[in-house]
Amino acid sequence: MRDRHAIIAALIVFFVVLTFPIWYARAAGTTSRGPEPKLPETEKTCVMPVEYMRASHMKLLLTWRDDVVRRNVRTWIAPDGKSYKASLSGTCLRCHANKAEFCDRCHTYAGVTPYCWECHVDPASIKGSGT
Amino acid sequence: MADQTPSPEQLTQVDYRPKGKSWLDPHVEFRKGTYCYSAAPKNLTYLGLPNPRQWQPFDQDWKLPPDWKDIILAGMKERLDRYRSFRLFMDICVRCGACADKCHFYLGSGDPKNMPVLRAELIRSVYRRYFTLAGRLLGSTVGARDLTEDVLKEWFYYFYQCTECRRCSVFCPYGIDTAEITMIGRELLTLVGCNINWVIEPAANCFRTGNHLGIQPHGFKDSIDFAVDELEEITGVRVEAPINRKGAEVLFVMPSADYFGTPHYYTLLGYLALFHEIGLDYTLSAFASEGGNFGLFTSHEMIKRLNAKIYAEAKRLGVKWIIGGECGHMWRVMHQYMDTMNGPADFLEVPVSPITHTRFDHAASTRMVHICEFTADLIRHGRLKLDVSRNDHWNVTFHDSCNPARAMGLIEEPRYIIRNTCRTFHEMPENTIREQTFCCGSGSGLGTDENLEMRLRGGFPRANAVRYVRDKHGVNVLACICAIDKATLPPLLEYWSPGVDVAGVHEFVGNALLMKGERDRTTDLRGEPFASAKEDRAHA
Amino acid sequence: MNALSSLVVVLLLAGVAWVGGALALLRPVFGLAVPGLAAGIFLVGVATRVVGWARTPVPFRIPTTCGQQRSLPWIKASWIECPWTRSGVVVRMALEVLLFRSLFRNTRGAITTEPVAQGHGTPAAAPEGFPRAARLVYGEQKWLWLAALAFHWSFLVVLLRHLRFFLEPAPALVGVLAAVDGFFQVGAPVVYAADIALLAALGYLLVRRSSDPQVRYLSLFQDYFALHLLLGLVATGVLMRYYVRPDIVAIKQLTLGLVTFAPVVPAHVSPLFFVHLFLLSVLLAYFPFSKLMHMAGVFLSPTRNLANTSRMRRHVNPWNPPVKVHTYEEWEDEFRDKLEAAGLPVERE
Repeated sequence: MRDRHAIIAALIVFFVVLTFPIWYARAAGTTSRGPEPKLPETEKTCVMPVEYMRASHMKLLLTWRDDVVRRNVRTWIAPDGKSYKASLSGTCLRCHANKAEFCDRCHTYAGVTPYCWECHVDPASIKGSGT
Repeated sequence: MADQTPSPEQLTQVDYRPKGKSWLDPHVEFRKGTYCYSAAPKNLTYLGLPNPRQWQPFDQDWKLPPDWKDIILAGMKERLDRYRSFRLFMDICVRCGACADKCHFYLGSGDPKNMPVLRAELIRSVYRRYFTLAGRLLGSTVGARDLTEDVLKEWFYYFYQCTECRRCSVFCPYGIDTAEITMIGRELLTLVGCNINWVIEPAANCFRTGNHLGIQPHGFKDSIDFAVDELEEITGVRVEAPINRKGAEVLFVMPSADYFGTPHYYTLLGYLALFHEIGLDYTLSAFASEGGNFGLFTSHEMIKRLNAKIYAEAKRLGVKWIIGGECGHMWRVMHQYMDTMNGPADFLEVPVSPITHTRFDHAASTRMVHICEFTADLIRHGRLKLDVSRNDHWNVTFHDSCNPARAMGLIEEPRYIIRNTCRTFHEMPENTIREQTFCCGSGSGLGTDENLEMRLRGGFPRANAVRYVRDKHGVNVLACICAIDKATLPPLLEYWSPGVDVAGVHEFVGNALLMKGERDRTTDLRGEPFASAKEDRAHA
Repeated sequence: MNALSSLVVVLLLAGVAWVGGALALLRPVFGLAVPGLAAGIFLVGVATRVVGWARTPVPFRIPTTCGQQRSLPWIKASWIECPWTRSGVVVRMALEVLLFRSLFRNTRGAITTEPVAQGHGTPAAAPEGFPRAARLVYGEQKWLWLAALAFHWSFLVVLLRHLRFFLEPAPALVGVLAAVDGFFQVGAPVVYAADIALLAALGYLLVRRSSDPQVRYLSLFQDYFALHLLLGLVATGVLMRYYVRPDIVAIKQLTLGLVTFAPVVPAHVSPLFFVHLFLLSVLLAYFPFSKLMHMAGVFLSPTRNLANTSRMRRHVNPWNPPVKVHTYEEWEDEFRDKLEAAGLPVERE
């Protein structure tokens, strides 16, 4: 049939598009090593276990936001009984001081744009601007 | 109409909620009035088709050949390899059900297996069982069925309960065309000798004599001569209607019903008057005395066998091109099959109207023009003198025949002719005309009297729309361009929508046409007085 | 029955995947081997199917014409619904594939005995005993079209959004798509419109299939299976996005391992993700053997992708076989006496 070649060509185009991630990874030299966020040197443990923090830190931050902004509760008691000040800049950023080397590495990797920084200020950017 | 015909009240008691077990159960009851009788052995024998024998669908034993199952499965395999349509339509249906209530037989009967999707599933279930991995492994769980005699009987019942009208295909998101599936289904049934006589007898007649009715050449000439006499009586003009004349410019091919049936006959008178008036150099053929092709309802092979005579005769007679008359399924064949099957028609010329010099480029390869295209062109160029008042006794609506509408797109030409020959014209509702037109319910060889109940059911959607314009606008005639329509719509309308006649488009042309040398005409081609004549009489 | 059994099968599949995801030993199987195999089956299966169709000839040019043909120059022809040019066919196919043109025509027809509504003109007197009450009426029926369109388009959007797991660095365009999809910024994490549309459309299709008497009657096990499988896939995805957060970074490592052929199964990936991945794998492996092949088949339908040029240009049937015909000579021989008696010309005296 005259259309056989056209159909097979279209099929090949479809497969090339479908396997685009493979070609893209080749071109970009992607590896499966994953991001390497720079961990704080001062502390060994976070407010919650690391597995929880990896997957669900945003849920904790949202809880803190709601506690502080809506309920005026500024202290958060961890499951292990320790209490923390519910504050992104006061608690989190105290250890994870470098947004670019900690937060952004994973967020960029996963293609996520959290809206934390629409209100909060990255301390590094203030220093950078010289004020 | 036979006494046992159900009343309209009975026929409209339709329950669309499917009853009973799963559709996988193939059992069918051959109830009188809902099926067609088997093909007579002599007709099968004449055509060289398999398994001629005496049998009827209601018999327990269908006298199938011992290896019938292998024959069917081998036939399926062969067709899966030959028709992309068939293979694809077996594979991709998602059973969305959009086609369900688009089928006139489903709307009229409520039988779930008349939903186009299930009609296809009848064969698709067998395809799954024998041609797909899942079906072989999982069987009925995935809707696969063994090919049994009951399944074959079910195929027979439902593939001869589809008129191949293609309406479902308009609504299908993948364009799945049940006509294709029915055609293949009937081909398979033909392989083991399960045909209906209403299809095979016309096919056998056509193969032998050249036309469905089995009219031999002298009978053909008598009919035409009679029409010429009758036309002279009505108009006072003696026309020529040459037969088998070599060297004419045009071969004219029409369905045989046009010279043997009523109201087709008035359409023939219309053609004859028209051709005379414009001085067309044409000939009829007693050999190619049938444009219709019941091969379309039998098998692709039979289409080709019956169609071969058209080009053969055009070549023998040395004509330049061909005009075809008003016929639906004939035009499906002429438009979509003839050139591929029996072409190329390189011995013909690209049709050019000798009157208007219009070149019919859209028929540049097949070299055959529909009479409505030809006449519309004449009217457009003002080459016909028409007295539209001579159709004032008609209040017209137009029924798009399935094949011209959905296999050609011949939609505006007949309307243009009607509007220029009649003063009152009303369309039926939008979703019952043009590409969404409803079948007469008797197409594809199902127009036989033993099948009357099913025809009335299947024709109900069409008749319902006719009744609507009859009641709303006082419509009293349904115009159409199909010989099967003209044969089967009159009883249908008499049943569902009394008071509406059926007429061919060229009957209106013949009525309105002012012929040179005609006498003072007072009647139309039917011998009925013109509206003006009636008034005169009333005033007198 | 079919609805229930297919649901059970999908739940079983999900259960198997959950166990596989929970057991360290099986994680490489469900995280790497199964998806890899499924992708292979998908590619080979789809190719085989499409090539099979491509090799099957189209013997006749059989478009379904849905508008006026191209005939006389002064008659307005419908260049899309009844195309005679390549561009007309392309537009017709594009409307079919992108907007489901044919499904848009859908109506609902049924016989009713309700009296004719007022304002329809005064009906003429009906003959005695005529059942004028019973008539066919048609209604608009666009829900199926809308749900089908919503399902396919939102599924595409969701697929494209998933590119952020397959591309590193993630292109800005994927972020833009996510931003547009989450434009309304409802909730945190932001709810994607496509997720809602996808769930709603699948839900409608499932409810329609199981409650509409006609569609329920004709539905098979595999019709429900496809819907349940997709629902399972979407539901686990939605769960992970909005409720049970998995370790996104670890998941991306796994997907990148697959596309770079350097497989890794990071620890700390929730079993829910394995369910999601496994249902996707089942979908991919099942695809070529199922009605889902309509994705490719829709492009090949001869009633849609051919121009209505049957009389303009000859269509060649590659297997056009010779057939037994009745020739004019045979016919003349049989009817010679009658032809001569009727005074009709004959070839041989």
